[in-house]
Amino acid sequence: MSADLATDTALRSRVEDFLYAEAALLDEWRLDDWLQLLSEDARYEVPSTDRPDGRPDTTLMLISDTRPMINARVTRLNSRKAHREFPWSRTRRIIGNVRVLAVETDGDLQVTANFAVYRTRSGRTHVYAGRYRYRLRPRGEAFQIAFRRAELDQENLDEHGTLSIIL
Amino acid sequence: MTYRNELVVDDRESGVFRVHRSAMTSPQVLADERAQIFDRCWLYVGHDSEIPKPGDYVRRTVCGRPVIFLRDSAGTVRVHFNTCTHRGATLCREESGNTRVFQCFYHAWSFDTTGRLIVTPGADAYAAGFDRSALGLRAPARVESYRGMFFLNHDEHAVSLLDYLGGTVEYLDLVFDQAEEGMRVVGGTHRYSVGANWKLMVENSIDGYHAPTVHATYIDFVKNSGGGQNKAALGTGAGVDLGGGHTVIESTAAWARPIAYWEPFFGEEARPEIEAKRAALTDRYGVERGTRMAETFRNLLIFPNLVINDVAAITVRRIEPVAPDRVALEAWALAPHEEREGSAALQRRLDSFLTFLGPGGFASPDDVEALESCQQGYAAQPDVAWSDISRGMSRIPLPDDELQIRTFWRAWASVLDSAGFPDRVEGVESPGTTRTSAPAAAGAVRS
Repeated sequence: MSADLATDTALRSRVEDFLYAEAALLDEWRLDDWLQLLSEDARYEVPSTDRPDGRPDTTLMLISDTRPMINARVTRLNSRKAHREFPWSRTRRIIGNVRVLAVETDGDLQVTANFAVYRTRSGRTHVYAGRYRYRLRPRGEAFQIAFRRAELDQENLDEHGTLSIIL
Repeated sequence: MTYRNELVVDDRESGVFRVHRSAMTSPQVLADERAQIFDRCWLYVGHDSEIPKPGDYVRRTVCGRPVIFLRDSAGTVRVHFNTCTHRGATLCREESGNTRVFQCFYHAWSFDTTGRLIVTPGADAYAAGFDRSALGLRAPARVESYRGMFFLNHDEHAVSLLDYLGGTVEYLDLVFDQAEEGMRVVGGTHRYSVGANWKLMVENSIDGYHAPTVHATYIDFVKNSGGGQNKAALGTGAGVDLGGGHTVIESTAAWARPIAYWEPFFGEEARPEIEAKRAALTDRYGVERGTRMAETFRNLLIFPNLVINDVAAITVRRIEPVAPDRVALEAWALAPHEEREGSAALQRRLDSFLTFLGPGGFASPDDVEALESCQQGYAAQPDVAWSDISRGMSRIPLPDDELQIRTFWRAWASVLDSAGFPDRVEGVESPGTTRTSAPAAAGAVRS
């Protein structure tokens, strides 16, 4: 991280606001609105728990969605037939340690943040903990998400059973 | 208690098959299963492609017992119990790696990759009767392999692995022969557990009946992505009792397969490559076998707890009982070596895997929901004591009938009764019991 970026609190503040707003949309299950935040070429990844460094062209991931797959994921979650999420779970995303790591030559921001996502359903609450990696594309004062990746600290999903929400 | 009749009712005269739900909740049943099934049957450990080089190892827990699955310095694949022979500490504490020596962190006893004890610090403190050569790492009674798949058995008198696999070999070959340079396990493991009895996961893995309901959103997705066009697939195929508790559903591919059935889901650019793979299989194995390899789905259960689903991708799923109401899963993707890392072919296969399978897929989470809801019902509803698994007893079984699930349960009950494996079921289980008209139902709602 360059010294300029580390001290650019105005930029970091805008990034934080954006990530908090995104988290609110996901927590409120406003998934169609959430899709509006994504670029047309957006990707969403979650590596397997034993390979947090995993890549989708070499490694079995948990999630490796192109934009059409993200749309399909939302369509599924909006239906009444995604049984693991019907009725929807309650989720609460806590995001912190937001850092803007770099500005790419095309202007995209490399951002990382820590997360704790609580999911409550059927009398149980469990937490997904880990690190986000984002590529954010500036659009005026706001951003578009070109890439988002959630790397889990959990060694397995023994507590969770599934990853049925959008992390 | 006898398991047959008391917990598993197999009434072929009436065409009724029921399982008592205490089979899913009783600690005594799990204790019996550990003694009669898991201590005597061949249990999958891993594939040798996971440990390609001398010294490579992975840790694994096989039906409760932690083991090290490794390739020794001379290249031989071995399985050691992962416990120091000195005082019992866990010897290998990393998930995977490469080593020449395993040194216990407790007192530094050290073992080479063959399991031989090579270092006991302060060796002069031991008397003459101390026999270091008898204190090597312990191993399961038997370790054998087929096509790189290594299994262990705790019963030294067990039949050979090949004899045990019996009728499943034909189906394993249909999977492994798809590769020109051999199959490998791709890095990355789906590790998760489910609040349900392990046998519910077995049932679910070979259950064609639930797909239209539980997986409606997946089927919608396939249709919306231009897939599921193989009309010939509807209602084809069969569930088969392979003997020895093993069973398979084989049916015409309902949607795309990386090897080798193209649909628009894969993209137009992938079409020539996939069709060339299909042609290569036909060249190599003839039209009949080549077409079968390319264009059929296989859901194979190797008794008691290994599932190989060769569908939109190939998954190897190991089912690990943890408690009566908890099962742990490990699932891997199998891919041909010639689908190199970073290639479009491998990414296509992995994407195809993920759309359906795994904790983040479009289908598996809903299976987990179904299984947990069943298990919760068993605990809360003791007045409703039986599950019905009779579907298809009066006809040649279709893929969405329940013969394959009955096959598992028949073997399960018979082995628990120490009666060995039951005879294979061929043909119709309950001829002469076909319904000629729907039963009258009071107050039935017509759709």
